[in-house]
Amino acid sequence: MKRVIPALILPLGLLAAWQYASAIGLLSPAYFPAPLRTFEALYDSIVAGSLWGPFAATALRMFEGWFVASLLGVFLGALVGSSRTAREFLQPTLEFLRPFPASAVIPAAILIFGLSNSMAVWVIAFGSVWPVLLGTLHGFSAIEPRLKEVSLALEMPPSAYLRKIALPNALPDIFTGVRISLAIALILAVVVEMQSAQPGLGQNILLAQRMYRSPELYAGIVVLGLFGFVASWVLDRAERRLLVWKSKR
Amino acid sequence: MRALARGLLIPAAAVVCWEMASRGGVLPAGTFSRPTEVVAAGISAFADGSLLVATAQTLQAAFVGLCIAIVLGVPVGMIIGISAGMRLTVAPTLDALRPIPPVALIPLSLLIFGFGVSMEAAVVGFACVWSVTIATNAAVRSMQGRLAEVARALELSRSAYMRKIVLPAALARIAVGVRVAVGIALVVAVTVEIVVNPRGLGYGMIIAQQSLRPDLMYAQLLWIGFVGWSINWGLLKLDRAFLSRFSGVRVGS
Repeated sequence: MKRVIPALILPLGLLAAWQYASAIGLLSPAYFPAPLRTFEALYDSIVAGSLWGPFAATALRMFEGWFVASLLGVFLGALVGSSRTAREFLQPTLEFLRPFPASAVIPAAILIFGLSNSMAVWVIAFGSVWPVLLGTLHGFSAIEPRLKEVSLALEMPPSAYLRKIALPNALPDIFTGVRISLAIALILAVVVEMQSAQPGLGQNILLAQRMYRSPELYAGIVVLGLFGFVASWVLDRAERRLLVWKSKR
Repeated sequence: MRALARGLLIPAAAVVCWEMASRGGVLPAGTFSRPTEVVAAGISAFADGSLLVATAQTLQAAFVGLCIAIVLGVPVGMIIGISAGMRLTVAPTLDALRPIPPVALIPLSLLIFGFGVSMEAAVVGFACVWSVTIATNAAVRSMQGRLAEVARALELSRSAYMRKIVLPAALARIAVGVRVAVGIALVVAVTVEIVVNPRGLGYGMIIAQQSLRPDLMYAQLLWIGFVGWSINWGLLKLDRAFLSRFSGVRVGS
């Protein structure tokens, strides 16, 4: 409780000042609509149900891209992290691809895949694969040498070594990567919607801007912020629960 | 040497297959222009100066945005790092704003500033300010202790303490936060140009794609990758020189 009150002073104070400033006409309603009007727009879209369609489209697109990125990242990271040959063949190519901004890949992806959902999913996956890949790579290449010796002494086959030693060892790093990936996936889902007219929250706020409906624009930003916050909070919880053994050690 | 040959094998094979497949008519020419055409388009875009102008526009917006992030992020990070009261009041608000995807602000920034460098720099600034603030905050918090005692013994005023002790000691770690922000700045600038802003490299790519010039589009894509890569490389070099110079004064690590 002691922490909650000071935490609320600033945002509530700012919102109150904003509300007052727009009530006396200091702020133009076209650019800075009163906070209450934004909440009104948000409430209306929830009650009318017009929020859920775009929201679900964005969320689904984000999860699809993120899922592909996670699978691909763990697979490639494990491959490059555990085999020297794979590292020599693949790492330069990956290093070459990594600096490309994912949004700059959109025009090329549109040419190749057309304006489709699979284009969106591939762009999101391309952009959000790197944190998972690097995390997995780090987890697999930073294995305690003694554990390797143990696996040799036990004459573990490579598959058992991967499953019983390498993967559990890499899990915390993978999770860190996966969490960063989710934030990137949300950003890219919004970008793809804005750029290629796919239905979703990103397209909604761009349309709201074009029609000068600023309360709806602000409401969309609020929803996206809340969504990003909740998604990363859920992953944080899941990480703590799954990796209990790590923190107890 | 063998590692180099192996590393080049996949990209080289991909380029050769691509060239042969499009000469053989397997790949549609409207989608995958030949690597030789891409190189030619890149050279001509260089020669007529359009590529360099676009690069300068993108870098300008990224730079202005980065400056906004530093000017806002360093003082805020220092204040919430030093004063526990400020941390309790300000940090939760920052935590609430941080998950907003920066690109969600593109329409808002366009609404407020209109097309041009300022709307782009504003979005870049929002995207970059977090890593600067967090790095500054962490740097300041990690160095309290003995240096704070020294300041108390010298009876330094609060502003002198900030200027003479906190800032120099935290500089190396703030630089790390800025380095992260530089990478974000370029990506966000290109993104804003691709989505709405009619200037710079991102817009050039969109125009090339829409006017059915895939060769030019791929050339620009490669150029964007190259610019990003060289900035990153330069920063790594700078970072090493900078950190080794300052390693003597680093405190708390």
